[in-house]
Amino acid sequence: MLVPSPWRADFPAIATLQRQDQTYLDNAATTQKPQALLDAISHYYANGAANVHRAQHLPGAHATQAFEDSRSKVAQWLNAGDSGQIVFTHGATSALNLLAYGLEHLFNAGDEIVISALEHHANLLPWQQLAKRRALTLVVMPLGDDGVIDLAAAADLIGPRTRLLAVSQLSNVLGAWQPLEALLAMAKANGALTVVDGAQGIVHGRHDVQALGCDFYVFSSHKLYGPDGVGVLFGRNEALHHLRHWQFGGEMVQQADYQSASFRPAPLGFEAGTPPIASVIGLGATLDYLSSLDQPAVIAHEAALHDYLLRGLKARKGVRVLGSPQVALVSFVVDGVHNADLAHLLTEQGIAVRAGHHCAMPLLKAMQLSGAIRVSLALYNDSDDLERLFEALDQALDMLR
Amino acid sequence: MNLPIDAAAALEAFQAVGSWEQRARMLMQWGERLPVLADDEKVEANLVHGCESRVWLVGRLQDGHWQFAASSEARMIRGLVALLLARVNGLSAAQLQAVNLPGWFNQLGLSRQLSPSRSNGLNAVLQRMRELSRTHN
Repeated sequence: MLVPSPWRADFPAIATLQRQDQTYLDNAATTQKPQALLDAISHYYANGAANVHRAQHLPGAHATQAFEDSRSKVAQWLNAGDSGQIVFTHGATSALNLLAYGLEHLFNAGDEIVISALEHHANLLPWQQLAKRRALTLVVMPLGDDGVIDLAAAADLIGPRTRLLAVSQLSNVLGAWQPLEALLAMAKANGALTVVDGAQGIVHGRHDVQALGCDFYVFSSHKLYGPDGVGVLFGRNEALHHLRHWQFGGEMVQQADYQSASFRPAPLGFEAGTPPIASVIGLGATLDYLSSLDQPAVIAHEAALHDYLLRGLKARKGVRVLGSPQVALVSFVVDGVHNADLAHLLTEQGIAVRAGHHCAMPLLKAMQLSGAIRVSLALYNDSDDLERLFEALDQALDMLR
Repeated sequence: MNLPIDAAAALEAFQAVGSWEQRARMLMQWGERLPVLADDEKVEANLVHGCESRVWLVGRLQDGHWQFAASSEARMIRGLVALLLARVNGLSAAQLQAVNLPGWFNQLGLSRQLSPSRSNGLNAVLQRMRELSRTHN
């Protein structure tokens, strides 16, 4: 069964990498970019860069228009409607840090923050450190064997002391969708704020923040085929009222005196300093490109490719898949083989995958693993990429066993 | 500076390598030659942080000459560490300060193992070796 990708040629880097004998399967770390994005960034710089929201001159007006168009495109992508605002940050990590500092004033000693055992460090450490600053309790929801948060346990852990729930939509290690609907309902029933880390989830399928009903939704552009240096924070209007200003500087201010100042509301009040203008414009172009694709065809392609990957790995002796991955990626270990050795030999053969703890050290430790190999897919990958992986894997295992 | 005998042998062997498979096999063979580290030396204090696999490194200055010993769970890094020890064991403190270790791996055709993006731990091992040798100055 062949799984070709009709979108492969839209990503010029794939051909370049192939000429260098590199097979790129580390897409959960970052993705290659469509030509449409390269064109948009090149157009912006070639036609006159200018700062946004400041100048009345024509280049400034053009840049601001393009920048704000991107904001609308992101809002559309998430179906935010009038329910909230899109804030541009410098990445998903900085969006989560903005929340952990901007919401800090809401917490009192003994309050609880609930996260899950599978959180990426970006959605663990900001809350862990907030808990330390304010003497809060960080509560960690356990997982079932399938890599999905245990809802029965969650129901015991989310309670009246819970002030905030922060949870991933899709695990970057286990490839499992998390039961957001049930978790958010529990949090809301207890009056807690809800934060969804959509860094992986946003890349697979379309998600509607109004239907989800979360207070905040965070993702990074570069994993969604967009430029790096841009993160997105969606905040529901009611929740944004709680968010205090965090970083201070140019353009986020309304009135400034030497001894005091007043600040703008969202979104601009949370975008201190010059934003990554070209990258935000580039993200808009990427979303235009992605919107032009046949969405059901993309989902079907990703499912077929994931199935191909999972079958191929499971067919190999000694390969142990972590959890029950549903989409996007598979992490695995091989009995009797150290993942660092396997990674070394895959690298030698031009297979770009990720080895190690995947920025989720506590999860790997809980699984009593020192690391794992992660293969992660994008819409431009095809079954030939996976055949090259399997061939290299067989060769590596031959040498190591 | 004359190379220690083991190092000269390693250099000759690795410079003759034609393919990545040969190089990987030879690395594993060198790793197997690494003397076993006693269990009481595989402790937290000797653990090198920043490696994908656990690596322990100990070093002693005996009669003015350095003797390092190491162990790792992973075979490739064990081979790289064996090649490192082949180069440095027996050197005086002054010689160890002067030796160009990135240059050594470059000569072996293994410089990519030292690139900043590599988290295999060879960089961390070199760093720990520098720290150990400094404390004895």
